[in-house]
Amino acid sequence: MKLNDAVWGALLIFFSAAILVHVQGFPTIPGQKVGPALFPGLLAVGLAVCAVMLIVKGVASRAEGGERAHWVELDGWTRSRRHRRAFVVVVGVNLFYILLVDQLGFILTGTVYLALLFIVFGVRKRVVVPLALVLTLGIHYAFYKLLKVPLPWGVLQGIAW
Amino acid sequence: MSSAWAQAFTMVLDPYNIVVMLAASLFGLFVGAVPGLTATMATALLVPVTFFMAPIPAIAAIVTATAMAIFSGDIPGCLMRMPGTPASAAYTDEAYAMAKKGQAEIALGAGLVFSAIGGLFGTAVLIVAAPSLAEFALKFSSFEYFWLVLMGLTCAVFMTSDRPLKGFVSLLLGLLVACVGLGNPAGFPRFTFGSVEMMGGIGMIPMMIGMFAISEIIRYAVDTHPQLKIVDQPIGNVFKGMWRLTKKYPMQILRGSALGTLVGALPGAGADIAAWMSYAISKKMSKEPEKFGTGHVEGIVESGSANNSALAGAWIPALVFGIPGDSITAIVIGVLYMKNMNPGPSLFTNNPQNIYAVYLLFIIANLIMIPLGWWCIKVSKQILRVPRSVLMPTIMLFCVVGSFAINNTPFDVAVMLIAGLVAYVIEDNGFPVAPAILGVVLGGMLEENFITSMIKSDGNLLAFVDRPIAATLGGLTFAVWFLPLLMRRLRRLAGV
Repeated sequence: MKLNDAVWGALLIFFSAAILVHVQGFPTIPGQKVGPALFPGLLAVGLAVCAVMLIVKGVASRAEGGERAHWVELDGWTRSRRHRRAFVVVVGVNLFYILLVDQLGFILTGTVYLALLFIVFGVRKRVVVPLALVLTLGIHYAFYKLLKVPLPWGVLQGIAW
Repeated sequence: MSSAWAQAFTMVLDPYNIVVMLAASLFGLFVGAVPGLTATMATALLVPVTFFMAPIPAIAAIVTATAMAIFSGDIPGCLMRMPGTPASAAYTDEAYAMAKKGQAEIALGAGLVFSAIGGLFGTAVLIVAAPSLAEFALKFSSFEYFWLVLMGLTCAVFMTSDRPLKGFVSLLLGLLVACVGLGNPAGFPRFTFGSVEMMGGIGMIPMMIGMFAISEIIRYAVDTHPQLKIVDQPIGNVFKGMWRLTKKYPMQILRGSALGTLVGALPGAGADIAAWMSYAISKKMSKEPEKFGTGHVEGIVESGSANNSALAGAWIPALVFGIPGDSITAIVIGVLYMKNMNPGPSLFTNNPQNIYAVYLLFIIANLIMIPLGWWCIKVSKQILRVPRSVLMPTIMLFCVVGSFAINNTPFDVAVMLIAGLVAYVIEDNGFPVAPAILGVVLGGMLEENFITSMIKSDGNLLAFVDRPIAATLGGLTFAVWFLPLLMRRLRRLAGV
């Protein structure tokens, strides 16, 4: 997704304004002129200046009808169903992992995670599940056994090794 | 002094360390040779593993893997016209043209041999320049550090982008991310919105893994280009004719290595920019510029040495000032802090053996690159056939576990995912990522030195230019800011 520079500028102005409002609530340090609000405040002002310049540039480039003539332009891949699906799955499996790994445990979550990605990237159907399981067990061995990372067992707690 | 060197040798030649270096070499060669996996990504993937190692093997793994990856990035560039890492992009067309003429072995051999020479040149500069800079830096106060960091950040904006405005936005966003959490001079929790996990700030490592690995995987997922074909040419002896090339192009090798080291040492710009600049200079200075682009080895010799020398160059400001020279050293600085080897001039005076060990690691890495790289070229066609449909998901699961492993919290996995998405979107919109990384890494240091200086001077801004070195650094910073503007105005006045 490509946004015209002016759209970025508008978003950034909003963002820097939000920061400026938020830092007003930061405490001041008695007897000192500088507090925790100063640095982020200065950054937000800088960002706002850049945002205004982006708006000017974006509007100008739209008027010229050159690069980024539209406010919002979708990338070529968004028109292909296969690529849209790949994108959704890449993001989705990570959300799935974050939300469910503690309940399901690493081995189940990891296998599903890899299997879904393999399917969407076109790995041969017959090998998807065995391959996903073997690779998950491999990563589990490397991190859980060799590096002692406490990967969760979840529902498989009973057979933990 | 000599006992420190002895200690350094003992640490580096330790069998465990040797095994780590060999394993990291294979890893680096593989990552570099697979298009879509970069040297920076190799570093990010190594961090969770190095987390569990002693300092020297941890650094050894990164130094070796990156040196190998920058070389092996040449291989798919030559055989498939697809650079393995961005650092090889500058001369990919040239190398591919050579491969089609049946000269793949000369292109790959030049890539290998002159990578090693460039790497050794950069290392030599690191060994000579870093200690003297460190001695100089011992005199620095918060004023000098403030300007130094500001100058580094400014360089990053102008070096990494032809659109400085977007570079500035990227930098400011990075600096704002660095503001999150308790880590500020007042110790006040900023932008945490009541979350305990945000108190400690946004984890640097998960963020880097997201920005450099997850974003690449997203890019792979939405890539609509058709699969590339491998040039089917037998590859002969890659070392044949290299001595002749060395004698023919000594100036090119020297110029490439020197420029590479310099570009590497400038904050923000790394091996890829060094290679582009070197290739352009090589063409401009060449006696036969018309041959460039048709499969002529001269540009490969020069820019091949430049990208590897940039790797070592980038460590100079990273070790001496804690200011990363490229995105790889940005990650390295995080590792150094985790290993209690905080970068700065005192690293050179208090623990010289660690610094000497780093020098030795660079020398060894660039020497073993020659036999291992030769072997990698031999098996390159097998590496290029590894199905990326299996590789990419596995790497992503590895990233997830790696992000989790730093603090054992799924929160960091979320940070990784968001950082990956943000990096993908902003890069797609023409915002360079490198300034943002530098902003994140240096934000704390910039604020601390700024606030300390403000308190010392009681808010008097003139104090920032009161000391001679501070004034010079400040002047240089402003020069970097306004020089491009001034140049453009002058050019317009001159009517060009």
